[in-house]
Amino acid sequence: MPRIPLTWLAEHVSTPDGLTAEQLAADLVRVGLEEEAIHAAAVSGPLVVGEVVERTPEPQKNGKTINWCRVDVGPDHNEPGGMPRGIVCGAHNFDVGDRVVVALPGAVLPGPFPIASRKTYGHVSDGMICSARELGLGEDHDGIIVLASIGIDAPVGTDARELLGLGEEVLEINVTPDRGYCFSMRGVAREYAHSTGATFTDPALPVPTDAPAAGFTVEIDDQAPIHGVVGADRFVARVVRGVRATDPSPTWMQRRLQQAGMRAINLAVDATNYVMLDLGQPLHAYDLARVAEPIVVRRAKPGETLRTLDDVVRTLDPEDLLVTDSPAARGERIIGLAGVMGGGDSEVGPTTTDVLVEAARWDPITVARTARRHKLPTEAAKRYERGVDPQLARVAVDRVVALLTEHGGGEADEAVTDLDTTTSPEAITLDVDLPARLVGVPYTADEVRETLTAIGCTVTGEDPLTVVPPSWRPDLTVGVDLVEEVARLRGYDAIPSILPSAPAGRGLTEAQRSRRSVARALAESGLVEVLSYPFVGLDQVDALGLAPDDDRRHAVRLLNPLSDAQPFMRTNLLVTLLDTARRNVNRGESDLALFEIGLVTRPVPGAPSAPRLPGGVRPSDEDLAAIAAAVPPQPRRVAGVLTGLREPAGWWGSGRRVDHTDAIAAARLVAGVVGVPVVVTADHDHAPWHPGRCARLETLDGVLVGHAGELHPNVVAAHGLPTRAAAFEVDLDVLLAAAPDEPLQASELSTFPIAKEDVALVVASDVPAHDVLEAVRIGADASEAGAVLEDLRLFDVYTGEQVGEGNRSLAFSLRLRAGDRTLTAAETAAVREAVVAEASRRFGATLRA
Amino acid sequence: MSDDTPVLSPLDESGIAAAVDAALAAVEAARTLDELKSARLAHTGERSPLALANRGIGALAPADKGTAGKLLGAARGRVQQALAARQTVLEAERDARVLVEETLDVTLPSDRHPRGARHPLETLQERVADIFVSMGWEIAEGPELESEWFNFDALNFGVDHPARQMQDTFFVEGEPGKEAGLVLRTHTSPVQARTLLERDLPVYIACPGKVFRTDELDATHTPVFHQIEGLAVDKGLTMANLKGTLDHFARAIFGPEARTRLRPAFFPFTEPSAEMDLWFPQKKGGAGWIEWGGCGMVNPNVLRACGVDPEVYSGFAFGMGIERTLMLRHGIADMHDMVEGDVRFSTQFQAVI
Repeated sequence: MPRIPLTWLAEHVSTPDGLTAEQLAADLVRVGLEEEAIHAAAVSGPLVVGEVVERTPEPQKNGKTINWCRVDVGPDHNEPGGMPRGIVCGAHNFDVGDRVVVALPGAVLPGPFPIASRKTYGHVSDGMICSARELGLGEDHDGIIVLASIGIDAPVGTDARELLGLGEEVLEINVTPDRGYCFSMRGVAREYAHSTGATFTDPALPVPTDAPAAGFTVEIDDQAPIHGVVGADRFVARVVRGVRATDPSPTWMQRRLQQAGMRAINLAVDATNYVMLDLGQPLHAYDLARVAEPIVVRRAKPGETLRTLDDVVRTLDPEDLLVTDSPAARGERIIGLAGVMGGGDSEVGPTTTDVLVEAARWDPITVARTARRHKLPTEAAKRYERGVDPQLARVAVDRVVALLTEHGGGEADEAVTDLDTTTSPEAITLDVDLPARLVGVPYTADEVRETLTAIGCTVTGEDPLTVVPPSWRPDLTVGVDLVEEVARLRGYDAIPSILPSAPAGRGLTEAQRSRRSVARALAESGLVEVLSYPFVGLDQVDALGLAPDDDRRHAVRLLNPLSDAQPFMRTNLLVTLLDTARRNVNRGESDLALFEIGLVTRPVPGAPSAPRLPGGVRPSDEDLAAIAAAVPPQPRRVAGVLTGLREPAGWWGSGRRVDHTDAIAAARLVAGVVGVPVVVTADHDHAPWHPGRCARLETLDGVLVGHAGELHPNVVAAHGLPTRAAAFEVDLDVLLAAAPDEPLQASELSTFPIAKEDVALVVASDVPAHDVLEAVRIGADASEAGAVLEDLRLFDVYTGEQVGEGNRSLAFSLRLRAGDRTLTAAETAAVREAVVAEASRRFGATLRA
Repeated sequence: MSDDTPVLSPLDESGIAAAVDAALAAVEAARTLDELKSARLAHTGERSPLALANRGIGALAPADKGTAGKLLGAARGRVQQALAARQTVLEAERDARVLVEETLDVTLPSDRHPRGARHPLETLQERVADIFVSMGWEIAEGPELESEWFNFDALNFGVDHPARQMQDTFFVEGEPGKEAGLVLRTHTSPVQARTLLERDLPVYIACPGKVFRTDELDATHTPVFHQIEGLAVDKGLTMANLKGTLDHFARAIFGPEARTRLRPAFFPFTEPSAEMDLWFPQKKGGAGWIEWGGCGMVNPNVLRACGVDPEVYSGFAFGMGIERTLMLRHGIADMHDMVEGDVRFSTQFQAVI
């Protein structure tokens, strides 16, 4: 994001003396330019220009040769008595008489790297002669900076921090996508003026285009415009001849480039970058000798490649817009990816004498797609994709030409190429009261008109207003865009605070209330709620022991997962919750009771893609149905994992270990809270559970609700959990769908006395207790006493000699009560007999003796 | 008392008085319930003087029976009364002693059934939802894996809009050779579009939920986080109503002194748009402003995409991160603790938050 050196900004707008980066940030944020960072001065402490007065090469035992130097750093910094400082230097690219940059003890270079006197190679080195890299000026560390070689002539003792721009704070701002013009000093200065009322002088007022039009030949030949927009609507080019293009640029320019976060390279490149940073118009400088007329702007052909300036060979896409030239055939050679990056071949180099300066206005969408496709978010691309002022190209080229001739000599051709098919922005019709109506501040018509004029709009008419936005604001296209400008410049602080009154609502839905109750009930029963990421890898799925054809292996895969090891979306909650359990165990918590409520994704095999539809219009019902069909079902689940002790050990005795019943009880609790009766049966084949200890829960209609029980020992081991861990996973959406939608009707309470009966039945061991319980219930209800069974509990299970091999005794306690009478002994006996009869009929059960 | 003790005459007034006195003295002297039992036997038992005297009434002349009956009835009544009173006192003493003897160490641990806990991100979302429900708003939800149309196009992010690239989106792989057209939603805003398409106007909804961005987990970022968004679409709504709603929300969560401030910003789905700063007294390092969320007036293009006529209706929308809100409110420094599922984190929040 753009960096704003304060002194540069001050060239375009009046800033108060002593303006700090912090104050500037505060001023800019009011108009919507947020502070990204304040970059402190790169160097603190003494950094001065010195002249080498003595240089003695001293070969060392390690094979290196160091230079023992005396450097004159001026009367204020030399040794007492005026003796030049002694400094050891490892570089060799300088000699006596060269002026260099010296960091004196007390200076702090970027790193931070504090400088102090130190003993080295048998001398006291009293400072350091700096390279560009050590000063944060670039990557060049082949040698130290010889000031003359970068075009700087400054007296000994001069403060080099100021000379090189290393002592200034720089504000970096964040520019939102609608404010492309703020990628320039020009734009930021304008906004600063809006915020503070300071006087702004536009550095880029359009120049009269009276130059002869016969410049370098350029042809725009876009055979495949995107959305019907031709790839370039402005192309300006001008030739400068006899220029020393690869000379260093002037110090002030280098300093500003460096402050803005760019490297200085040579005059031609620096001048184009400088003007881009200043005005917002990206530019390119070609070696004229290496460009053959005509330049043709065209789309890439399939299979074409380009070696870009970053030395990467890129295969081009037919959507990429190219700048090409014509050494033999027209448009045969590619010299750049339009608006993104140039090619290496036509670059300005040491042999360059004549330079072709180009400034174009490329289609933002073309540039955005190319930059994205080739992962080249260059400074030029950033500006083009946000929209560049169509009026700028000519001004910017002239500025670069002026800088080149001023600092590199040579002469510019009179002729200027200027292909211009830009159109002026379309007028917007604005009801004069729209800003007041939408913002809630009673702006007057005059205020609206003045504000819009201040941002550069041409405003005519009374009501509605006809508003033509300025060329640099392509984001202003409809009335509400102008409303924001009015609100922004009049200040968001002026907006009052008025709570609207919504119509009376219906509160939470039944499903929302039920879900809260489920979570609360689980928490109150001792489970701790956690959240886990939904991303999973194959190893996690395998660790569940899912069969190869288990449909839970059919998962949505992400194109760009954070980790290639976890590209899938979970199809069940346990797969991630078990990892969470593992993490807790690893951290020393082995007695766990965790639960999570969340969505899982269950893609439908062969589901259609979601249709591509435009914004701004309501899709047809068919299109909405197509979207619905493409979005995979995402049921909401609740799952839990329990390990170690369910009840803690204490002074009261030993604790109770988790077993399968804890998981089943939790699953039943969930169903119970939602109000859905469930049927529990054994499921001998459902990973990740123990085949002999897994319960399947269904609604009375036979819809699968979920599973619960002890985890498979392999799963427990794979996750490093304490043995005999248990788990459940229940589909909340299924339960919510099965929940009663009528209010529960309460039973009348009988106040007649209770009769208690215990019945112990001996049945074969493989008869499920649930079935016997059902038989008892049905038998009791079928007795001649009528439906008098108030409560039924299984209170004991016994196996042993008394009941015979292969059998077990299940003991039930029945609470009987009639609504209209006291039960007689005969009636309770009848219930008892009916129970035994039903169990006997179903399972051959006998009454335990 | 021996059998040779002369039997008291039922008419011997002073003898009876002496026997009563002796009985009352014995009752008074009883220090335990056992002693009292002995006293009862000695002075009211079958062989006690008063009982024997009573038995003698039958042998008296009819004229004397009444006098003797009254005399002995009163005497025995006094003794019984004293016995009962003493019994009550001694029982109370015994009960008190037993309770003292039953004293246990009540400071022994009592956590046989430790409570679980909700995750504070969930309870905070519920709290926030309750604030909006109390204003008459309703809570809307939608899928986390969402179509690109709802996540972007409906919200005025064109295919080539730079903002579509800002969102660090997780994209879903399609069937071979096809684009799925699906993403993990980057914000809860698609729920707004779904709601506008489904419900009658006016609409006042809050949408809490999980959202996804391709950020690596660090102290302040997480690829999976939670947002709450609000949307109101009605006739005549203004940015002042947005500000009023935000101020109310801020006060409900951060206390009566909290307030908000708007700064110009850009979002494709709102125009005008604003960043919202929150001022609250409990801010770490002292009361002050901190960035809290984004908001604005719903862009007419969004209304149109949802079949709402922007000439008739206007709306405002806002959104903020639940994680950030939780961090600000509870002084949580590092995102890791919130997302790693460590039970020690949730367990801190057993009380209502």
